Amino acid sequence: MLVTLSTTHRPASDLGFLLHKHPDRVQCFDVAAGVAHVMYPEADQSRCTAALVLEVDPVELVRSARGTAGEGFSLGQYVNDRPYAASSLLAVTLGKVFATAMKGRCDARPELAATAIPLEIRVPVLPCPGGPDLVRRLFAPLGWAVIATPVELDPAFPEWGVSRYVDLRLAGTLRLAEALSQLYVLLPVLDDAKHYWVSGDEVDKLIRAGGAWLPGHPERELITARYLAHQRGYAAEALARLDALDDRPGEPDEREPDGHDSADRRVPTLAQARRAAILAELASAGATRVVDLGCGEGNLLRELVADRSFTEIVGVDVAARVLRAANRRLRLDELPDQRRVRLLQGSVTYADDRLAGFDAVVLSEVVEHVDPPRLGALAAAVFGTAAPTAVIVTTPNAEYNACWESLPAGRFRHPDHRFEWTRAEFAAWSDGVGAEFGYRVRRVPVGPVDERVGAPTQLAVFTRGA
Amino acid sequence: MPTLAIPELSLVALVGVSGSGKSTFAARHFAPTQVLSSDFFRGLVADDENDQSASADAFAALYQVAALRLRAGRLTVVDATHLHREDRARLVAAAREQDVLPVAVVFDLPPSVARERNAGHRALPDQVLRRQQDALRRSVRGLGREGFRKVHVLSSVDDVAAARVEWEKAYNDRRELTGPFDVIGDVHGCLIELRALLTRLGYVVSDDGAYHPGGRTAVFVGDLVDRGPATPGVLRLVMGMVEAGTALCVAGNHEAKLVQALDGRKVRIAHGRAESLAQLAAEPAEFRARAREFMYGLISHYRLDGGRLVVAHAGLKEQYQGRSSGRVRAFCLYGDTTGETDEYGLPVRLPWAQDYRGAAAVVYGHTTTTEAEWVNNTICLDTGCVFGGELTALRWPERELVSVPAEREYYAPVRPLAPLVPQRPPGLLRLDDVLGARTVETRLLGHLKVPEENAAGALEVMSRFAVDPRWLVYLPPTMAPPQTSTVDGMLEHPAEAFTSYRSAGVAKVVCEEKHMGSRAVAVVCRTPDAARTRFAVDDGTAGALYTRTGRPFFDEATTASLLDRVRRAAEPLWSDLDTDWLALDLELLPWSAKAGALLRDQYAPVGAAARTVLPQVNEVLAATAKRLGPGVVDDLAARQSRRLHNAQVYTRAYGRYCWPVDGLDGIALAPFAVLAGAGGAYAGQDRDWHHRVLDTLVAADPELFRPTRRLSVDVTDETSVAAGIDWWTELTATGGEGMVVKPFEGLARGKRGLVQPGVKCRGPEYLRIIYGPDYPDHLDRLRQRSLGRKRSLALREYALGLEALDRFVDGEPLWRVHEPVFAVLALESEAVDPRL
Repeated sequence: MLVTLSTTHRPASDLGFLLHKHPDRVQCFDVAAGVAHVMYPEADQSRCTAALVLEVDPVELVRSARGTAGEGFSLGQYVNDRPYAASSLLAVTLGKVFATAMKGRCDARPELAATAIPLEIRVPVLPCPGGPDLVRRLFAPLGWAVIATPVELDPAFPEWGVSRYVDLRLAGTLRLAEALSQLYVLLPVLDDAKHYWVSGDEVDKLIRAGGAWLPGHPERELITARYLAHQRGYAAEALARLDALDDRPGEPDEREPDGHDSADRRVPTLAQARRAAILAELASAGATRVVDLGCGEGNLLRELVADRSFTEIVGVDVAARVLRAANRRLRLDELPDQRRVRLLQGSVTYADDRLAGFDAVVLSEVVEHVDPPRLGALAAAVFGTAAPTAVIVTTPNAEYNACWESLPAGRFRHPDHRFEWTRAEFAAWSDGVGAEFGYRVRRVPVGPVDERVGAPTQLAVFTRGA
Repeated sequence: MPTLAIPELSLVALVGVSGSGKSTFAARHFAPTQVLSSDFFRGLVADDENDQSASADAFAALYQVAALRLRAGRLTVVDATHLHREDRARLVAAAREQDVLPVAVVFDLPPSVARERNAGHRALPDQVLRRQQDALRRSVRGLGREGFRKVHVLSSVDDVAAARVEWEKAYNDRRELTGPFDVIGDVHGCLIELRALLTRLGYVVSDDGAYHPGGRTAVFVGDLVDRGPATPGVLRLVMGMVEAGTALCVAGNHEAKLVQALDGRKVRIAHGRAESLAQLAAEPAEFRARAREFMYGLISHYRLDGGRLVVAHAGLKEQYQGRSSGRVRAFCLYGDTTGETDEYGLPVRLPWAQDYRGAAAVVYGHTTTTEAEWVNNTICLDTGCVFGGELTALRWPERELVSVPAEREYYAPVRPLAPLVPQRPPGLLRLDDVLGARTVETRLLGHLKVPEENAAGALEVMSRFAVDPRWLVYLPPTMAPPQTSTVDGMLEHPAEAFTSYRSAGVAKVVCEEKHMGSRAVAVVCRTPDAARTRFAVDDGTAGALYTRTGRPFFDEATTASLLDRVRRAAEPLWSDLDTDWLALDLELLPWSAKAGALLRDQYAPVGAAARTVLPQVNEVLAATAKRLGPGVVDDLAARQSRRLHNAQVYTRAYGRYCWPVDGLDGIALAPFAVLAGAGGAYAGQDRDWHHRVLDTLVAADPELFRPTRRLSVDVTDETSVAAGIDWWTELTATGGEGMVVKPFEGLARGKRGLVQPGVKCRGPEYLRIIYGPDYPDHLDRLRQRSLGRKRSLALREYALGLEALDRFVDGEPLWRVHEPVFAVLALESEAVDPRL
């Protein structure tokens, strides 16, 4: 991978002093990912260019488990772009090879180090899944003129379009140390696939490198979150410290990702309204022993746990890792009564005796994730085997999708949805299941009701003994 | 000499005061592990056998162990004083809980005996011992009423010393009888049909008996009586057979109620009982008495044929088989009822057969159905003869059904005759069929373990993404590469594959061109009707096409039209193979059809990045060399130029497996194995057979089906081996992925057991897609790959896949087919180097 750095500040060859690398020598440095070579393809009075060539050892890359995939066994670890594309590996190498320059120290030309000089930077292959626009949003506010040209994926298959790489050229007048620190932070941010695990001291690195320019950057939240690889805890800590640098009070971290209703920007969110409706139905059914089937990371469980009228709560999900996340989020290990809340791995299409005999089973936004041919098995497992006194089912109302401008027509609310039912379809299904298994059915709209298309969420309460 | 009859499976209470010799007796007659002593358990929980304050905990632990032992069917003896009613009640309850008989052995010895012994070893105060003796005296007489089914009292030291235990087999245990049997459904007084059926089955029939010249035994599932025209005649015939030992008969609910009616007890005279009473009234009193005794003596169920066959009137769940209790008998007679009744006033029955997972086949009657069908290794034979249906028998072990039609409707059905409406879809699987640490028994490799965490991972994929499990009768195994090659520039080479088969003792192999696409399994039925009868799928679909993890390839409509073409091409095969369905193992082409996202996100970007950056690097290097003179960056420049070349050939390598597809246009199928059809699994057929069948498909639709080029090689013949290597070299030089070497005799066993069903030899250019564009520069390090796990995994998955097919074609229940399929998926989640 390659990055070049040029200046036309006269004498241009003073760049060698700023970088602490002699223009007439080719120097090699062992770095974690392989070998870095620094050389000057041009170095005269009017123009000087330093090039950093990083030769990555792909086998070593895998051995030290630093591939993009990070964990697990996947081919992505072995066939990947790390040797070619300017990623966090290049950023780390810059930080190491030009450490002194990045700090702005230059004993030979101290005044030059403190001066903004005309600079050009070229990164021929810069991974940027957000496209050229994101590159501009990140670099332009820092005073760079940005030319980002997308790279074609494969000339043999023009229908595949362009790749996630851009050929980046930056031109601007900045201090060299500033330019380097910006690359150091923004290369991994653009790549958005950090090659090593984020740890607490990453926050310090970010503050050190970005302290001068990041607080005023309009995209600082995105930069911070991505640099810290989406670790919300660290991101919040970093934002608070940046706020302090910027002399502003910290903002509370309130946002809760809710993939299902990302199209929904209302307050309270539809997810909150849905949970409130479910809790109200559970209360009116007098349910105290409840199963949340398809509990995910536990948004509903959290509210069930908080309500002492529920004496036994079971969360079931098909994914073991999701249950681990729920356990962490709800801090279940710290609850005084370990028997009150349990998490079980299970599946809605397999009959499960452990779920038999409860007051209520909740299937919130679950049925639409099941392939239609498997719905019979779901009904048999829930209504036939678990057979609680009450079943509460919520699912999107497909008719309402028209009310969301951000949702293109014909598209589902979530990529994993196998279907979304109209009110008539939901009524037909719930009545059929009720009749087959001996449950009385009552349907309730959840969320704001539109006269024409109904409410965004439909909810059905099944009560045993028709 | 007192003889104590003790059922082989029972919970025995030793009853007696301290020092009456219970432990000594127990040690003499039972194995040490069969005896649970309260002293011992007090020691376990409190470090002191005499700590009476620990008794509650000690008994809690003791009964926990007792329950586990009884559930597993093991005789258990509780060595405690059992002097108080509540202590004995707890034991009786524990026995009932596990449906075994409670038995009491009482040590009612003269008080002096205990006093003398007690002075020796435990030194209880006199008044304590006296209280114990009082309690014992009060207890002895009431034991039968407390629920003990047998009470043995030993009243002298000599009795205790001389006593002998005689093991009693359970009445229902006739496992020693191996038949062959003819199990006959509910007769309900239909004498004409019974005689016709027995005759059809080959019995020589008279009025008061029948026998089979071939020594077969008839087994009646009960409900001989009521509703029909000739209850006495049927009883006479069956009683004669049972007395002569040519038949067995279990009790039906109608016999039980008729006995009560004959005894003059208050029974509702309904359900055709009036007819029986009237018919029996016309018979001599002796006959009535004999019939009454016969019916009264019928037992609730039989275990036959080494435990492989269970016959009970209304069926029997596994937990109750071989057990004796009131509720076992009630289940046998009436089934798993909820106590509720349906709109016809008939009891609502729970679908116990849907949940049945037992190894024994359960044959029963009681619930009228239009057709006898196997459900989870159970079958109901009541095909409603008295209602004008049929009288049905099951030949065992042949599992053939034989029926005769009713002459007429003798009795109007309360509820219209209908198939046994399953209250759940037949495809309902249970979580404990797949989750947890499991062992799957396979014909090829015996017991295979499925680690718990692997099953947990597979559950998500199976639940969220896989096709309907009814179609999922097979998942393909992974395939191992050959031993790593030492040939210059090669990581894989066919020479190693040939060598490995030679050393395994397999001489004849076939090299087959390896198509680079996506592995797929196609299940195709000739008609939706075949889908219903063979796969129990009744939504009108007639096949499925899925990936190696069970995901559907296409949406429903596309799948249906692709399968239509497969179906048409398979037209000649339906009669050739005498089947109405086929499962095919194949490769779906092009690779880009399914792997489009992977190509665009993973493979193509690597090439694009390399082809963009490396020329730039070369320019920088050239300019630098120009400034500083030659020699400074030469090595680096040479390396970068080679990497650019590598990136270019890498790009061409994946490009060969990509072409545009529009709907089904451009899609091709390269089948390489006929997995199974109605005639069975075809794993044992040789490769020629498979190719012959598959060539039929290619000939019928050459646009859809790709032929697989192949070459036979004798690995013991050097010339033949050289030809095989040449063939591979040519194949891979022209852009082919490589080849698979398979034993000619499909399922081959070598000197060390089952051999690999195939070994893949991938070409050097193809391997760039797997190991990265620059892999030839790192061969030394890449050669240190370890193949052991991959090879073992390939064999285990192969055995599991074939097991699933075998179970499916044997008509085993869905959960049994699903078990090995799920195991393949679980094993696939094992952490093995994915490049192998």
